[in-house]
Amino acid sequence: MKILYFAWLRERLNRSEEDIDLPADVVTVSDLIAHLSARDEAFAMAFEKPNRIRAAIDTRIVSHDTPLAGGTTVALFPPMTGG
Amino acid sequence: MAIRLLEALFDPGAESNAFIAGRGDAGAAVTFTGIVRSRPDDPVSRLTLECYPELAERQIGDMIAAATERFDLLDVTVIHRYGPMAPGEPIMQVMVLSAHRDAAFEGARMLMDYLKTDAPFWKKEETPEGARWVEATAEDDEARSRWEA
Repeated sequence: MKILYFAWLRERLNRSEEDIDLPADVVTVSDLIAHLSARDEAFAMAFEKPNRIRAAIDTRIVSHDTPLAGGTTVALFPPMTGG
Repeated sequence: MAIRLLEALFDPGAESNAFIAGRGDAGAAVTFTGIVRSRPDDPVSRLTLECYPELAERQIGDMIAAATERFDLLDVTVIHRYGPMAPGEPIMQVMVLSAHRDAAFEGARMLMDYLKTDAPFWKKEETPEGARWVEATAEDDEARSRWEA
């Protein structure tokens, strides 16, 4: 699965995208965030407050309890500041 | 309706003139331009917007469709820049055409409130104290929630 990162999340993780193979027990966006947080300290700190993270699967904004199945790209980002 | 995401500077007046040209059927046009702000008590030397273009196209398309249906708008254009910008430069512009002024004002207002919270752009300001990401505000969330039926 392809993961995209934006804004301060991208900066803190030092990457804008990556491809990862997900274990079978990673089912939802929430699971994905927990899985990434367990990687190392930088990831743990970046995802310290999961409620500050927004997600989109294949350019549809989704809630954290949305299943990842069927998606190809997941974007993770802070609250948007457009306009 | 049109959505334009671009890095280059645009001319707000020329865009507005082109948008209303030949639209005698409309009766009312409202244009809103967002400008890079730098005040003496809060100086900003540069504003950089990061964007997720594929998601922005979809989100802005959805909000235009919602505003068009709700206020019976005749035409809408949203222009939004990304990349680095200097103080005083236009960031974005919303232009709305309708039969009467109330619908035009309200439609433009709704689009602006949605763009603040639902369009995937992230602003980073460069200041004398260093660079900082602009935080989303509760006021913006509240302004957007007013339009939820």
